[in-house]
This record gives sequence, C-alpha cells and structure tokens, in this order.
Amino acid sequence: MNEISVLPIDVAGGIILLWIALGLIGLALQRSPSMICRLVFPLGAALALLLAATGLWALAETPNIAVLPLGLPDLPLHLRLDPLSAFFLILLGGTAFGVSLYSAGYFKTMAGGMLGLLSLEYHLFLASMALVILADDAYMFMVAWESMALSSYFLVTTDHKIPDIRRAGFLYLLIAHVGAIAILLSFGVMQAGHGIAAYTFDAMRATPLSSFWSSVAFLLALFGFGAKAGVLPMHVWLPEAHPAAPSPVSALMSGVMLKTAIYGFLRVTFDLLDVHLWWWGVLVLALGLLTAVFGVIFAAVQGDMKRLLAYSSIENIGLLLVGIGLTIIFHVYGKNALAALSLTATLYHSLNHAFFKSLLFIGTGSILHATGERNMGRLGGLIRRMPWVAVTLLIGVLSIAGLPPFNGFISEWLLLQAFLLSPGLPNTHINMLIPVAAAVIALAAALAAYVMVKFYGIIFLGQFREPGLADAHDAGWWERLGLVWLASACIVLGLAPVYVVQKLDFVTKMLLGQGLGNSTSGWLFVAPVDIERASYSPVYFLLAVLGVMSVTAWVVHHYYHGRVSRVPAWDCGFPAQTARMQDTAEGFGQPIRRLFEPFFKIEREMPSPFDVHPRYHGQSDDKIWFFLYLPIKLMVQSLSSWTSLIQHGRIHVYLLYTFVTLIVLLAFV
Amino acid sequence: MSLALSTQIINLLAAILLLIAFAMISQRRILSLINLFALQGFILTMSTGVVAYSTAQHHLYYSAGLTLLLKVLVLPWLLHRLIRKLKIKWDVETLINIPTTMLAGIVLVIFSFDLAAPISQLSDSVTRGLIGIALASVLLSLLMMLTRRKAVSQVVGFLSLENGLFFAATSATHGMPLVVELGIALDVLVATFIFGIFFFQIRETFDSLDISHMETLKDD
Repeated sequence: MNEISVLPIDVAGGIILLWIALGLIGLALQRSPSMICRLVFPLGAALALLLAATGLWALAETPNIAVLPLGLPDLPLHLRLDPLSAFFLILLGGTAFGVSLYSAGYFKTMAGGMLGLLSLEYHLFLASMALVILADDAYMFMVAWESMALSSYFLVTTDHKIPDIRRAGFLYLLIAHVGAIAILLSFGVMQAGHGIAAYTFDAMRATPLSSFWSSVAFLLALFGFGAKAGVLPMHVWLPEAHPAAPSPVSALMSGVMLKTAIYGFLRVTFDLLDVHLWWWGVLVLALGLLTAVFGVIFAAVQGDMKRLLAYSSIENIGLLLVGIGLTIIFHVYGKNALAALSLTATLYHSLNHAFFKSLLFIGTGSILHATGERNMGRLGGLIRRMPWVAVTLLIGVLSIAGLPPFNGFISEWLLLQAFLLSPGLPNTHINMLIPVAAAVIALAAALAAYVMVKFYGIIFLGQFREPGLADAHDAGWWERLGLVWLASACIVLGLAPVYVVQKLDFVTKMLLGQGLGNSTSGWLFVAPVDIERASYSPVYFLLAVLGVMSVTAWVVHHYYHGRVSRVPAWDCGFPAQTARMQDTAEGFGQPIRRLFEPFFKIEREMPSPFDVHPRYHGQSDDKIWFFLYLPIKLMVQSLSSWTSLIQHGRIHVYLLYTFVTLIVLLAFV
Repeated sequence: MSLALSTQIINLLAAILLLIAFAMISQRRILSLINLFALQGFILTMSTGVVAYSTAQHHLYYSAGLTLLLKVLVLPWLLHRLIRKLKIKWDVETLINIPTTMLAGIVLVIFSFDLAAPISQLSDSVTRGLIGIALASVLLSLLMMLTRRKAVSQVVGFLSLENGLFFAATSATHGMPLVVELGIALDVLVATFIFGIFFFQIRETFDSLDISHMETLKDD
C-alpha cells in the first residue's frame, strides 16, 4: 500500500471547502432554523477547532505550498502555509470555535430565511478569512480579501431594514474598497511590471526593489491594511459597523478580521519587501501611538457598550502597530533580538486581543438579548441575574485591562520590555522618541483599565437602573460554552506564556531570522532577554496572590469575626437611595472628557434649574469626521454635480454623445 | 466561380447593404423596418457565404448559418411578436425630418469612405473595398438610433449596427474566431430579450413607448 502523506495545507484547504459547504447547507435548511442552530453552527465550530489544531501542527513544519487548478491563465491560485500563516490560522480557528458555539445559541430566535442567509455569509466569511491567510499570490489574496469584505458587509447589514445600519454598512464597504485599491496598487508596485506570473508572492520576494519603490509599496500597504484595521484616520467605520452587526459577527470582525489586516501588513513588510528604512518604523510607531490614545479616550466617553468595545479595538490595533513599528526600527538597526522581542509581543497581543475582544463582544450579545438594551445608562446590577456572563466577562475585562495573571498583561509587559531595553540605537532622535512612546503606551494601558472598570461596573454592578432588568435571563447553554471557551483561553494564554513564546519563535525566526529563545529560564519564567534583568512567572504570581488572599480571608474570618457590630451604613444624609443615584456611564467618563476636551466635538444640552422635566443630552463626536471626511464628501458631491450638467435623461442625447465621440475619434485618431 | 466574380458579387451585396441602411433610415413604418432588418440579415448571410466559398474558410459557413438563423428568422420573429403583443403599428416618429437625416447619412458615407481608404490599402483580402461600406452602415445605424423617437426602432437600429460590425469583421479579416461570433450572437439574442422586457415595463410605467417620457426619470 502506498503511503499517502497528508500535509497541513491539505487539511486547511479541506476545512475551507467544508465551511463553504456548511454555509450552503445552512442556506438549504432555511425552512428549519433549529437544524441550522443545532447542526450547522456546531459543525462549523468543530471545523474551526480543527483548523486551529492544523495551525499548531504546521507551525513547526517547513512551509507547504499548494497550487490549485483554478485561476487566471498563466496564474493559477497559489496557497502557502508557513509559520506566519499557521499562527494566524490558530488565531482564527481558536476564536471562531468559541464564537460559532455561541452563535448556535444566539441565533436560535432568528427567522429561518434570514438565518439561512446569515449562516451562508458567516461561513463564507470564515472561509475567506482563512484564504486570505493562506494566499500565496496577489490574485488569490485580493479575491479572498474582497470576499471577506463583502461577506462581512452583508453580515453587518443583517438588520438592513434600519437606515442607520445601512448607512454604517455603506461606510464600511466604502472604506474597505478604498483600502483594497491601495493594497492592489501595492502589489502592483512589488510586481514591478514583470508580467502576470510575477504576481505570486514568491516572485515578489525575489524581485529587488529600489528603496523609493519599496517605500511606495510600503506606504500603500500601510494605508490599505490600515483602513481595514481601523488605524487613524481610517477608523471611522469601526465604531459604526461594530454596533450595527449582530454580536457574534462583531466578535469575529473585531477579533479576527482586524488581525487579517495585521497579518497582511506583516506579510508585506517583513516577508515580501526586503528593503527596510528606519523612518517606516517611526511612522508606524507614531501612527500606532496616536491610534491607541485616540481609541482609548473615545472608548472612555462612550455610552453604548458595543461602541465602547469598538473604540477599544481601535486602541488595541494601535498597540499592535506600535509593536510592528518598534520591530521595524530594531530590525533596520540590526538589533534582531530586540526586534524578535517586540514582534513576539505584537503577535502575542493579537492572539490575546482576538480572544478577549471576542469574549466581550459575545458577552454584550447576551446582555442585548436579555435586556434589549445597548445603552449602558439603562443597564446595571446584571451580575445577579446573569452570573455566567458576568463571571466570564470579568475574566475578559481583567485580561483587556492588562492585569496579571491574565493574558493581556503578558503581551503589554513584553511590549514595554521591548521599549525599556531599547537604548543604544545609533540614531539619537529615535533614542529620544522611544521613552516618550513608552510613556504613551503606559498611559493608554492605564486608560484601558479605566475604560474596562467603567464597562464592567456600569453594566454588572450596582442596582438595576431600569425596572425591566430584574427579569433578565442568563445565557443559554450554547452561549455559555462559547463564553467559557474564550474565557478559559484568556486564562491559559495568561498562565502558559513560556509555551506560547516558544511557539511564536517559529514565526519570528521565519520573519527576522531570530527567535526570542527562552532556554535558560525553564518553563515557569518568561525572561525576554536575561533572567537577571526581567522575568515574570504567572504561576508564581497566581500562587502568591491566592496565598495572600486566603491568608487575609482566614485572618479576617478568625480574628475579627464576631467582634463586628452591624449598623446601617452612613448614607450621606440621603436616606432614600434610588437606582438613579448611581454613577452613570456618562458621569464615569466625564473626567476624561474634561481632560481631553480638544479631542472631541461636544454637543451638550443642559436643563435649566426650573425645568419640571429636566432632560440632559450630551454627545461627544469625533473631530476627524468633521474635518477630514465631510470636506472629502462635499468635494465629491460638487464634482458629481458637474457631471450632472451633461446628464439630461434623454436617450437621444446620450446616443449623440456616443456618436460624436465616435466620429471625432475616427476623424482624428 | 473565379475570384473576380466573387469579388464582384460581394461588392454588389455590399452596395445592397448600404442601400438597405438608407432605406431603414427613410422608412416610416415599423413593420417594414423589421422586414428591412431581416433582408439586411439575409444579404449578410449571402455575403458571408460567398466570402467563405471564395477563401475556403469553413468556419465562415457556420457563421453564415448562424446569421441566417438568428438575424433573418429568430430576431425578426421575436420583434414581430413583440409588436403584436404591444399592439403598436404606428408610423415611426422622427426627431429630425427624414430628408435632413438622409443628407446627414450621405455626409457620413463620404466621411467613412474617406476614412477607410488608407486602411483598405493595408488589407490584402478579396474584400478590401468593403471596409468603407461596413463603417458607413455602422454609422448610419447609429444615426437611426439617434433620430428615432420610439424604443422599438432604436432596438432595430442597435441590431443593424451589430450587422454592420459583423460585415466589417467578415470583409476585413475573414471573420472572427467562431467562439467570439457565438458569444456575440448570444449577446444579441439576450439583449433583444431584455429589450422586450423593458418595452413592457416602459409601457406599463408611461402608457407609451415614447422614450422622451423617460426624461421624467431624472431627478433634479
């Protein structure tokens, strides 16, 4: 019997095909929505888990290549599974597993026809994201990229009967396409006019470019992928599209789709381009810092929980860009160990963000289902009615706030380590810039924690702000499975950093030729450079924290218990406390709004002291929308009004245009 | 049949084609317009057949057959049926009066002959004198689309424009590859179907097939 060897890429390709097939099955089953929920989504989840396992398997393998018998003449479709794609497949599969399980419960109330379409779009979305990650030529990449944009557009506009959602979808589609054009142009520059066969990534790797053309390709890629990732100033679609989409879709878009943009950017910068210039790194670093601070400040003043999370995604994308920028700078100056450190931090953070942001988004989905409310000002006290959601979300919130021993801490810690270890670059300007950047990162991280306190405190703690909240029900079993999976991933990623860093070494070795290495410090301690300088062991940390806490509890319990006399708490002179007296989302964000006032365009409507029915209305808008996008819009409008001058609505006139053009061309050309 | 004779025949057919194009411009009745279109298709079939015979290019026989089937039988039948269903037998209304249109047509013919003269020198086929005629019939069809008011006659203009192009292709290069021709034939057929559907829609919306009503669709 011949031995048939199966490569990881075959498995991955099979999973993509099965996902597409599942989507079609979902469409065919639209008459029985319960079947879609019980069969299609759980099967999709199983495939996602398999994909993550395939990624883990492929991480240590040599790159696999597959050429499909499809595509253009002279350019068949190429797929390639190397450590970088394998890492992002793990990210995609791991996140999608939780989200798909959750979707099986979340969508069960949806009507059959809509659900059939949704399941098709959902699985196509997953399949196209996997194809983006696997693509090995520009054509395949763009096809997958556009199918990803289109399928997610239809997912965003699931509730297309609401005009605001249609508007959000349009904005998303517009920016996605502008970005796609830039990406296509970037590939065009890298292909350097060598004919259609040069559109494979292999040919691009081999094509030497001058530093000018490399920079052009790099800037186009930065713009194109930045538009998808939500980098300032192309971020405007994010806070519109994420609240509009159903929660599992927001989870996938924020957790995974933004990461495909990061993937594409890494692929172009470190894999396809071989020239790197120091100012690229500075540019990316500066953009990342701006994006991070901007995102977190806006997250702090939001009242809508999904908008808050969307702005927090912008912040995290900013952090990722900072990591990439730092990597480029170190790489250019030949400090490859440090470059490997910051790249590891970047990759680690994208993995973490995928898990905790999806967790938070699907958690808001459960809240939305239970209460029908997205505005945090009308929520509160839900910890008593929704314990499963509350506990899992607490884990997510602690992770995103960057508290040890959860996963968010490690990646931010690694990133800060990269900053702290940086002195000694041969460029004095950058040397001065980097400590400032580190301070900004620390600010963003601290503000992120503040935002998360607000998010969790307003929604789950305190009293019910509306009477209807007392009837809120907890998430169903499928939803709990999804929540628990993502939450435990946050814990595992937080407790086993050594393992993760070892795995990430395959990726950094491929891109930078050097891994972080962690051989000396054993499996308990992460020591990015030297155990003497900095190390961190989440397990010891957890044990220490648990020890201190249990000792304290024991002491309190044994020595003070019984000596406590119970009296009514001091009520500040207000004996009648109502739910409306609690701090609101608005109030919690107010200090930030004051501090960073120039960032916002604030509209406020204050009630007069004599008002019988006092109303307060406050809105903080994004200035970029008004100063960048509206002028562009006006310009386009006035340009298009010029073209309406030659539009008369008469077919004869149009025919006359054709006729005259033809005659003129015939006569003069 | 000698080469000289076949060249003579093709030239004769080309002349008839041009004549028909003029006849279509001057025709006021919609039914006769369609009959003229069918006749044009028939002439085209014959000329393609003669080119095929004289140059021994077998695939041109297929295109001739295709032309016969599609442009002489199917499309006129479709248009006739449409007219019966829509109950329209009116006289064709024109935007510019017919003598003026004819004068413009003559100018166009002179223009295209003048234009085609240098191209014909390059072509070495038996049919090289015909590019001018083909170009002229294309332009004349376009002129017809320009000057007619009703949607049906515009469609006939469109179809006869395609005839002119086809004639140009056979006369200048012995025809396009068969695949391309099949594609074009299919396109024309589909286009006619779509036009048919549009007629019904237009009539339903405006109670008339006069396309000047469509100006109201434009919003200001």
